[in-house]
Amino acid sequence: MIRKQVTRQALDAWVDGLIAAGRVVGAQKKGGRYAFDDLRRAADLCLDYDVTILPPKKYFLPPKEDILRFSDGRYESVSDAAPFTLLGVHPYDMAAIAQMDKLFAQDNRDEHYLARREQATVVVCDIERMSPNIFAASVGTATAADGCDALITRVGRAYVIESHTAKGERLLAGLAGAPDADAVTLARREQLWEDNARLMSRRELRVEPRRLPRLLEDAYDHPVWEEKASQCFACGSCNLVCPTCYCFDVQDDVEWDPSRGVRRRVWDGCMLTDFATVAGKHNFRKNRADRYRHRYYRKGKYVPEKIGDFSCVGCGRCVSACVARIADPVEVYNRIAEVQ
Amino acid sequence: MQPDPYAPMPAAIVDVFAETPNIKTFRLRPEAPVPFRAGQFVELSVPGLGEAPFTPSSAPSVADTMEITIMRVGLVTERLHALKPGAVVGVRGPLGKPYPLEAMRGREVLVVGGGVGLAPLRALLFALFEDVTAYRKIILRYGARTPSDLVYRGALDDLWGMADAVDAMLTVDRRDDGWTGHEGVVTTILEPGRLTCDARNGVAVVCGPPIMMKFTTVKLLDLGYAPDRIYLSMEKNMSCGIGKCGHCRLGAYYACQDGPVFTFDKVQGLSRIWD
Repeated sequence: MIRKQVTRQALDAWVDGLIAAGRVVGAQKKGGRYAFDDLRRAADLCLDYDVTILPPKKYFLPPKEDILRFSDGRYESVSDAAPFTLLGVHPYDMAAIAQMDKLFAQDNRDEHYLARREQATVVVCDIERMSPNIFAASVGTATAADGCDALITRVGRAYVIESHTAKGERLLAGLAGAPDADAVTLARREQLWEDNARLMSRRELRVEPRRLPRLLEDAYDHPVWEEKASQCFACGSCNLVCPTCYCFDVQDDVEWDPSRGVRRRVWDGCMLTDFATVAGKHNFRKNRADRYRHRYYRKGKYVPEKIGDFSCVGCGRCVSACVARIADPVEVYNRIAEVQ
Repeated sequence: MQPDPYAPMPAAIVDVFAETPNIKTFRLRPEAPVPFRAGQFVELSVPGLGEAPFTPSSAPSVADTMEITIMRVGLVTERLHALKPGAVVGVRGPLGKPYPLEAMRGREVLVVGGGVGLAPLRALLFALFEDVTAYRKIILRYGARTPSDLVYRGALDDLWGMADAVDAMLTVDRRDDGWTGHEGVVTTILEPGRLTCDARNGVAVVCGPPIMMKFTTVKLLDLGYAPDRIYLSMEKNMSCGIGKCGHCRLGAYYACQDGPVFTFDKVQGLSRIWD
């Protein structure tokens, strides 16, 4: 493991070096908010953002992605996966990526997702500023998560940059001349992790996530579903901004010659009216309450039962994105836990 | 890229048989054999329109061609019905889990079909026929709305040459002038007097419209079949076929991956399974 300690100036010089060498994506200011986008210069990299509008899943599962090209009855896989560095991912988003890694590799390997993932070098940064709706500490994702290639932590005026994988080590090659992190700074970093965990549990899930599958099993007819869903616009914003929502629809798009075209997958969302509509227009989940419940069951029960991880990483994006103010997992899961 | 689970292989349509006014059987010859087992499904692609899941209805032991019986209900099936021999479609599979023939060996197998639901059951019947003595008895109960809605009608008398090996009975919800057989929904031919079965040890395999599976399951439980020996087809909303896209979620399961065939005990606690 390489563990360097640098000034912001040295960090920027390193990032500019990465940008010169290849594609680098990083968190940046966009209007009054933050978004991941291609970095043109290190000065645009924002490591003290609170939360980005969209999670970085868009780089592994793009909103629209051509997966096949067809021509005269033949189908050919297509992928434009290419190497890139993803800079400044918060720990909760890294936890979400690690879950998607499991889901897309388990049983049947989704080569389109995995190809993009293998091409990425992911650098996590510890959270410097909290978004108002975050509850990451309640779900164990407030500090550095497994799976990243490197980790950046701001400690006072210094940045500790540490490699976690061979990919990360290669990325840190440009910092060879920088001093190793000293013991005092590393001790302060430990303290910062503790502080972050404490601060990010202000909004508190009052139930251990591992108990939720069992609790949800008996909560199918809980009044909270109808109560919240009655105000749901079925807009799908909560799905769109969620780092662990990955459901997709597959669509064909033809050229002027209809025997040629592409098959593409696009993000879908279980809160949208037509998510469970099939041929003949039959909808298996036509009530909003059914769809609303489905979302919380998926995060709290179905995915955990499949991969062992609670599928809400506590970023709070859905809480902020919901125009009807009904999408707060903390409130919903606390209600479920309360009665029982 | 590694083998892409989303990439279909070309399959030529070599024959088309009209079964009913809105159901056709297509015989396909995929570029390479698709070695499916009874109960597994494939995704059929029509370039430009997309994919839909179907369970082959032909004998699994025939490798170079497969038959798929398709009802016209939506975009993809509408287009498939317009295709003639020589046309090429895409096929991807086999997907999902097959009927567990091992669990049926030594037992009586009651096969109950409704309408186009006989299609996957025909593949099962063909598989059972291949080792017919391994099963204590094979019973078929099949119903459709009207006589003209029965699929494989030309074969239903001699049951593909296996009539002697099968205790079969047919019914229609509404008879027409030419129908001399039983009239009534399919559960009426599961009544004592019309069905002698070994519910305690036997297995029952059901496929048909949800409403038919619902009432058939109730009837089978009444007869004494154990919930874990009633096999149901739960093919709702399957899309990617490999457990990724999220559409066919069925409680803790994906229909496409954990099914599409489930025993009733696995799904009985879930709500709206009969929707």
